[in-house]
Amino acid sequence: MRRTLLQGLLHRPLTEDLPRGEEAACITLARRLDAAAQRMLGRGLSIRAVDAGSCNACELELHALNNALYDLERFGLRFVASPRHADVLTVTGPVTTQMREALVRTHAAMPAPKWVVGVGDCARDGGPFAGSARCCGGAAAVVPVDLWIAGCPPTPSALLHGLLTLLRRPPPGGTAPAGG
Amino acid sequence: MMSWQEAADCLARGSATLLSLWGEPGAVHLALWQDGAVRHLAFACPDGRYPSLGRCHPPAIRLERAVRDLDGLDPVGLPDPRPWLDHGPDPASYPFLPAEGAHLHQVPVGPVHAGIIEPGHFRFTCDGETIVRLEQRLGYVHRGVEALMQGLPPDTAARLAGRISGDSTVAYALPFARAAEQASGTEPPPRAVWLRAVMAELERLANHLGDVGAICNDAAFSLMHAHCAVLRERTLRAAAACFGHRLMMDVVVPGGVAQDLPAAGEAILRALIDEVRLRVPPLVRLYDATASLQDRTVGTGIVRPELARQFGAGGFVGRASGRDFDARRMPGYPPYDALAFDVPVLAEGDVNARVWLRIREIGETLGLLGQLLDRLPVGALRTALAGQDGEAVTLAEGFRGDVLIWLRLEKGRVARCHARDPSWFQWPLLEAAIEGNIIADFPLCNKSFNCSYAGHDR
Repeated sequence: MRRTLLQGLLHRPLTEDLPRGEEAACITLARRLDAAAQRMLGRGLSIRAVDAGSCNACELELHALNNALYDLERFGLRFVASPRHADVLTVTGPVTTQMREALVRTHAAMPAPKWVVGVGDCARDGGPFAGSARCCGGAAAVVPVDLWIAGCPPTPSALLHGLLTLLRRPPPGGTAPAGG
Repeated sequence: MMSWQEAADCLARGSATLLSLWGEPGAVHLALWQDGAVRHLAFACPDGRYPSLGRCHPPAIRLERAVRDLDGLDPVGLPDPRPWLDHGPDPASYPFLPAEGAHLHQVPVGPVHAGIIEPGHFRFTCDGETIVRLEQRLGYVHRGVEALMQGLPPDTAARLAGRISGDSTVAYALPFARAAEQASGTEPPPRAVWLRAVMAELERLANHLGDVGAICNDAAFSLMHAHCAVLRERTLRAAAACFGHRLMMDVVVPGGVAQDLPAAGEAILRALIDEVRLRVPPLVRLYDATASLQDRTVGTGIVRPELARQFGAGGFVGRASGRDFDARRMPGYPPYDALAFDVPVLAEGDVNARVWLRIREIGETLGLLGQLLDRLPVGALRTALAGQDGEAVTLAEGFRGDVLIWLRLEKGRVARCHARDPSWFQWPLLEAAIEGNIIADFPLCNKSFNCSYAGHDR
């Protein structure tokens, strides 16, 4: 183990710079964010992820944000276990009828101010599962959504850009997504 | 043709293995593995009732509960009358199985878990730290995929098949495409068949690399996780560079593949193979030589070989408990019949054995990728599906085990489809494996199984 740890110290970090703005196209603001609340958040966000019927591809890419190449925490973003500790709720999946209640309760358990980020095409409008009697047709049918990150699934860099939008820190060289 | 009763007897005796059970209006279907072949039986039940197989063969119970929820067919004599995939109008009234004793307490967990995890409910009954009973409740991710597929053109339905379980998108798209081809009488071009195998092996590699690290992480050994996650990311980037999508969604299509390996593809994949070959052995030594980690994984969460056999558990869960089954070899499908690979099997059935199975399979997969690249045929990528009606049952080996697809095509559209995830026969074994272990070892055991919630609930 010593050898592995030593090599880790001797080599350059694997962590990469934030990818440039090409991913910004994947992001849309669903609601204008409250500037005062954003200032209150400062430079850190605690995120609670809820899978509301995802195929688990979005979860894989959310997980990837924690790997050494993306290193989410350097931006002050981190996933937390309890909704009580969370500023942001990410919702994946088309929201199945059988996850609706759990999603509503998780959102209700978060202290204000709080934001909801719809992750992936399913969360937007049900995606490929739109029209199913077993789905609610996206996150906005159940909780108020502030931001959408498109993709099936969104790439880790699209996810990073999207989450950083909440901190209003546009990527260097990239463009801030338009409000709407 | 075998009668329903004969099938039930064979299953109860152990001379056949249940592959799946599904319904449609007026008929219930059964797929068996017997004498080295897949057998498909349909049993007409115009009155909506059929004799339960779960009565004499417990692995059928959850499937029969699901068939009743989704298709309204009543399994007469089913020992467990509770719903399964459809939670109904009053989900809170679901009666969990009792566990009685003086000092027992219950720990309810989920459907929302403390992490980026799929939803499902676990009801633990514990005596102090020791789990005396775990009961799972699943169905939270039920999206009605099979119902959505009805009436769709095969290409559109294939996109849904590829989203039943995202970590196995190739492992679903592949048997779906093969079923559509067999049902319609279409022969996919050889290059497509080989490229599909390249994708299937890349998917297996990415998942095994990620999960070996994640299992160690659940034993609080994050160093392995950090290194494995980097290798997983390298694999996904190679996949994106070669096939345009990190998880390779929608590339395997009925009739062939949607895109070719780019000119640089072979070099990218060979560089990946070289890197994984270089980086994995030191990590394996680290896993094997860290006593505190071995203390957690060895002897934990044992699946007894007779249970693995009875449930027909596929993938590393079955093979770590002595069940020598791999759909790539038996029944087998091209191009694997032309490739050399080992199917590692262990007998211990604990978390450690499941980790080792994954490590060994990483080696086999690297070997397969090399052979695939060496001998990749040239030629067309896709043929149009022939128009004939028909149905087919296919199996494909995903990283988690064998995925079964049954597909019926009518007038060029999907009339019915059934998709059975390997998790159906692995989830119940997790309940058995955890008994007598401490509750703190549950995440470790659960990750060593890594069953799919989405694939199961579909």
